[in-house]
Amino acid sequence: MNQYEVTFIVDPVLSGDEINATAQTYVDHLQSEGCKIVHVDEMGLKQLAYPLKKRTTGVYYCIEFSTDGGSIISKLELAFRRDERIMRFLTVKLDKYGVKYNDDKRKGLIGRKRQDSGKEEKRKQEPAKEVKKKVAAAAPAATPAAASTSEEE
Amino acid sequence: MASRDDIKFLSNPKIGQRAKKYCRFRKFGIKHIDYKDPDFLKQFINEQGKILPRRITGNSLKYQKKVATAVKRARHLALLPYVADLLK
Repeated sequence: MNQYEVTFIVDPVLSGDEINATAQTYVDHLQSEGCKIVHVDEMGLKQLAYPLKKRTTGVYYCIEFSTDGGSIISKLELAFRRDERIMRFLTVKLDKYGVKYNDDKRKGLIGRKRQDSGKEEKRKQEPAKEVKKKVAAAAPAATPAAASTSEEE
Repeated sequence: MASRDDIKFLSNPKIGQRAKKYCRFRKFGIKHIDYKDPDFLKQFINEQGKILPRRITGNSLKYQKKVATAVKRARHLALLPYVADLLK
């Protein structure tokens, strides 16, 4: 199973319902092809860094999905190219770090200042290791006790 | 014998020494660079929107390549400009 992420920009001139419907058609399209939708991120209306199709803003969406075959990607991209409501799109295959990053982001571990979060992660990892050691030390003590109780029974 | 504290230099020998550059991704354990985060990527481009070289950012080769890819993806999605003036 490979995990992919497709980000696209929807024309902001459409009404709110139409924009939602556009994103929903692609989610349905992916699901009908047997993909597992991991997450749909509505990044909202954003200012574009340069004009696209004479628009200065765009509504960003990001769909994360996992699938076995890669053949769905070309079908999806063809649908994007034919759709006039889509201003831009980008499909990316996620490596294991990308998958982990997106998981952490959803849990809220990654804030705006990523360097700080990196430090925190390291700090979190260190106590975790200590706890593991303690557990390991406690485990041999616990197992004989458990064995003795079973003997008693 | 005089202790080392008594020795005084006429000029401060530490002047001219710069803090050693380091790769922030290796230092803080960042494994993935998100192309959807333009504020973070702005640290690696100059005010014209050009990608800064490793000799300035101090990134290791592995992460400099990832930064370059992320910046290029962000440009495609109009999150960062291809050309700009006074970006910062």
